[in-house]
Amino acid sequence: MAEVNLRKIVKRYDDVEAVRGIDLDIADHEFVVLVGPSGCGKSTTLRMIAGLEDITDGDIMIGGDIVNDVPPKDRDIAMVFQNYALYPHMTVAENMSFGLRLKRYPKAEIKTRIDEAARMLDIVELIDRKPKQLSGGQRQRVAMGRAIVRNPKVFLFDEPLSNLDAKLRVQMRIEIKKVHQKVRTTTVYVTHDQVEAMTLADRVVVMNKGRIEQIGTPQELYHKPATRFVAGFIGSPAMNFLPCQLEENAGKMHIRLTERIAFPLPPDRAARYQNAKQGEKLLLGLRPEHITEAKGHAEPGIEAFDALLDVTEPMGMETLIYFALAGKQVCGRVNPNACAHDGEPLRLAVDLNNMHLLNEVTGAVI
Amino acid sequence: MVDVAVRQGSVRGVRRASAGTRLRYALRRKSTVAFLMTLPLIVLIAVLVIYPAFYAIHLATLNKSMTRFVGFGNFQFLFKRDTFWMVVEQSCLFAITAVIFKALIGFIVAHFAHNIPSKKQRKWRGMLLVPWVIPPAMSTLAWLWLFDPSYSAFNYTLGLFGIAPIPWLGDAGWARFSVILVNVWYGAPFFMIMYLAALKSVPDQLYEAAAIDGANWWQRIWYVTLPMMRNIIAITTLFSLIVTFANFDIVRILTAGGPVDQTHLFATWAFRVGIEGRDIPLGASVSLFMAPILAIAAYFILRDVTKRGNEA
Amino acid sequence: MSTLAIDKAGPNRKIKYGSMSRDRVWALRWSYFFLTLFAVFSLTPPLYMLITSLKGSAEISAATNPWWVFHPTLSNYVELLGSNQYLRFFWNSAMVSVGVVVVTMLISVPAAFALARMKFWGSAVLATGIFLTYLIPDSLLFIPLFKMFAAIGDFTGIQLINRWYVLLFIYPTLTVPFCTWIMISYFASIPKEIDEAAIIDGASWFQTLTRIFIPVAMPGLIAATIFAFTVSWAQFLYPLVFTTSTDQLVLPVGIITTLIKGDVFNWGQIMTGALLGAAPPLVIYAFLMDYYIAGLTAGATKG
Repeated sequence: MAEVNLRKIVKRYDDVEAVRGIDLDIADHEFVVLVGPSGCGKSTTLRMIAGLEDITDGDIMIGGDIVNDVPPKDRDIAMVFQNYALYPHMTVAENMSFGLRLKRYPKAEIKTRIDEAARMLDIVELIDRKPKQLSGGQRQRVAMGRAIVRNPKVFLFDEPLSNLDAKLRVQMRIEIKKVHQKVRTTTVYVTHDQVEAMTLADRVVVMNKGRIEQIGTPQELYHKPATRFVAGFIGSPAMNFLPCQLEENAGKMHIRLTERIAFPLPPDRAARYQNAKQGEKLLLGLRPEHITEAKGHAEPGIEAFDALLDVTEPMGMETLIYFALAGKQVCGRVNPNACAHDGEPLRLAVDLNNMHLLNEVTGAVI
Repeated sequence: MVDVAVRQGSVRGVRRASAGTRLRYALRRKSTVAFLMTLPLIVLIAVLVIYPAFYAIHLATLNKSMTRFVGFGNFQFLFKRDTFWMVVEQSCLFAITAVIFKALIGFIVAHFAHNIPSKKQRKWRGMLLVPWVIPPAMSTLAWLWLFDPSYSAFNYTLGLFGIAPIPWLGDAGWARFSVILVNVWYGAPFFMIMYLAALKSVPDQLYEAAAIDGANWWQRIWYVTLPMMRNIIAITTLFSLIVTFANFDIVRILTAGGPVDQTHLFATWAFRVGIEGRDIPLGASVSLFMAPILAIAAYFILRDVTKRGNEA
Repeated sequence: MSTLAIDKAGPNRKIKYGSMSRDRVWALRWSYFFLTLFAVFSLTPPLYMLITSLKGSAEISAATNPWWVFHPTLSNYVELLGSNQYLRFFWNSAMVSVGVVVVTMLISVPAAFALARMKFWGSAVLATGIFLTYLIPDSLLFIPLFKMFAAIGDFTGIQLINRWYVLLFIYPTLTVPFCTWIMISYFASIPKEIDEAAIIDGASWFQTLTRIFIPVAMPGLIAATIFAFTVSWAQFLYPLVFTTSTDQLVLPVGIITTLIKGDVFNWGQIMTGALLGAAPPLVIYAFLMDYYIAGLTAGATKG
């Protein structure tokens, strides 16, 4: 068990900078997920922690020791790969014990560890099978078992669920969370799937183009994104971004979307956006759940407007609606009983208490 | 705050010192290990393939007792001998004819084998590949016995149909035919197996699409099979051209070059001159004539290999 | 008129449908016919070897039907297998072939591993170079090699010419390039994550090779072994050049130089010897056909 610290990590391949100076402190027992689109440097970062890639610049510390030049086997880590990387000629038990056998652990010790891990992962009856005879989910369990029996300082997961089908992915996600709750090993988990990141992580690290965009708990990232990238990446369906401007009208701050549509800001928001220049190009960020059908009564910060729906998607517990606003397609979530129909008008309400205002040029959330 | 900054600074300082040497050390170690692992291979090839190849060129410039440098003397001598030109002609005739027939028979047999249900293919493939499995020196002995002037089983069979005995190895023309026949017998299975593997890799949908487009049997072969197999046909043919051109066993055992040197190939004649005739420089000169055709074939194969390497 | 046309169309279609499947049946029949023809062509020499080997010398020189054995006898086998000389050839061949297999694997496997996995300066060029050496035939190298080994004997006094073990040095030039090439393609097909997992599990490069790569690439290893063995067993030119004393000969050369005495051909024994000499590769082929064919096609289809 140990904390992991990254200090100004840089990875350069010839001319391409894959990772551009990353600082990250992962506490003991913490489950940290690196998330981002492909090519954002998250896998490279993980592989540098594992020692599979040399670092161009910076320091990596595991348990307080700098491990920049320590070979992977001496870093006391375990890694789970996307394609499982099970040794095809070994049985499940042999796969799991390979590392221990190389380190010449006593046989009895190996056996207890395998039994324990197999019980934890519910693969006891598979122990003598070869990887070929296992399903994808079972292979993934074995790959995790191989990591667990090592009892390492750090678990590293490289997109471990990407090869599974959607249903199995949800199941394994819960499984991974359970395992972490039991073993409490510091974990670094890489994925491109923001749902996986949100559901698993103690803290999520959103990466983009080799840099960290934001670090925070899932709730923080969702409710207080720091940048447009994070705001757009986290959450599904994605946040709507509408070009807008601030204007002062009769002593009150308004946010103007089109010539016809402008909403007054709630007082706390108005105070927050005081410094933003009037007439500056801004973006209004609204999550779909904050665009709903209008209720009969008025509430502070909730503003109603009419929209002509293009498409509706009934999901059962809710209906997703799509309509055009300020030249953009906007997605909202309404109650399935709200009489939303394709091509028909509907009176909608936006919840400005949960709005985000972004600088269109820099992408920063104000 | 200051304390922290200083500590970080010192950490970085330590790293710089160690990373420089250790990283380089690790890199050196990995490539050193890799180099050591390939070293036996490099030594083997350098000492027993590349060096002898150049040594052959050196030998070719010496006189018979290998005491004097004669430059192109050996080659000038060769060019003036009719036997040499006969060997050139026979080598080309032998290699080209044999490769064409091997390729044709291989393709036809592969096609028929591909036609039958895949369960039975294994058995047939097993039988048809036997000529390739038997060491050619052994199987050529069987052919030699089949061609025997007085007890030829072929002639016996032909005699049943009233055909006069054929001097399989006694007449120059027939002898040339015989060595080519044996080479085709030995080499066609190789083509067959290559083509069969290639045929299996052509997706069935292509044939179905072609059939729907109204292509008949011949058009399907011409427009689907052959283009899909172009690479494998080319590389197999080039391989075979090299091997056939350099063939030694069959001619050596069947005719030993006879009658009157009419069936000699470069390899057998080089052996006759260089080892049996104890004129090593002249033998080396003869065998060097195989080099150009090898270089040409190698160029094409290499081009194909690198092209496919890039695709993969 | 119109009814007639319809009447015609009906049966016409039926016939056409029938002829489609009949086409397929005929195609199958023709396929079997030609395959049988080619199989006869392929198997005639080895079968004739067998037929002759079962005949006594009297029957061979008699003018009876050569395709049939009227008085089968095992005398040729008894005589050959009781002859120390023939057993010596067999033994030499076995020693050389097994030795060459060992040498080849010791050279090829580590080299293929390094070339497939540890990219280093010049590794790509080397891989291509190996492929090219595979194309250089024995008949181009036998004269300089003979002269080289003769020169070694002259300079150092270590006589290698006319010793069967000289072939242990020479045959690897034929086997190593192709075996390395096969092993490179098998090793390259192992996912990179497997060796990364092994590294993280604490395996050294050597352990990764011996405990992961070699077991996983076992089919390739078997194919390469078969290739090396059959090439060594069948090689004719090098032993013909390098060995002359009867106790140093390997099988193919042995049969040809000792059983053919001048113009006297003891065909019964020659065919028996040849058949026994062909037996090891045939047995390997019979039991390991798939590996044999995998090795054969690896060069062209996997490269």
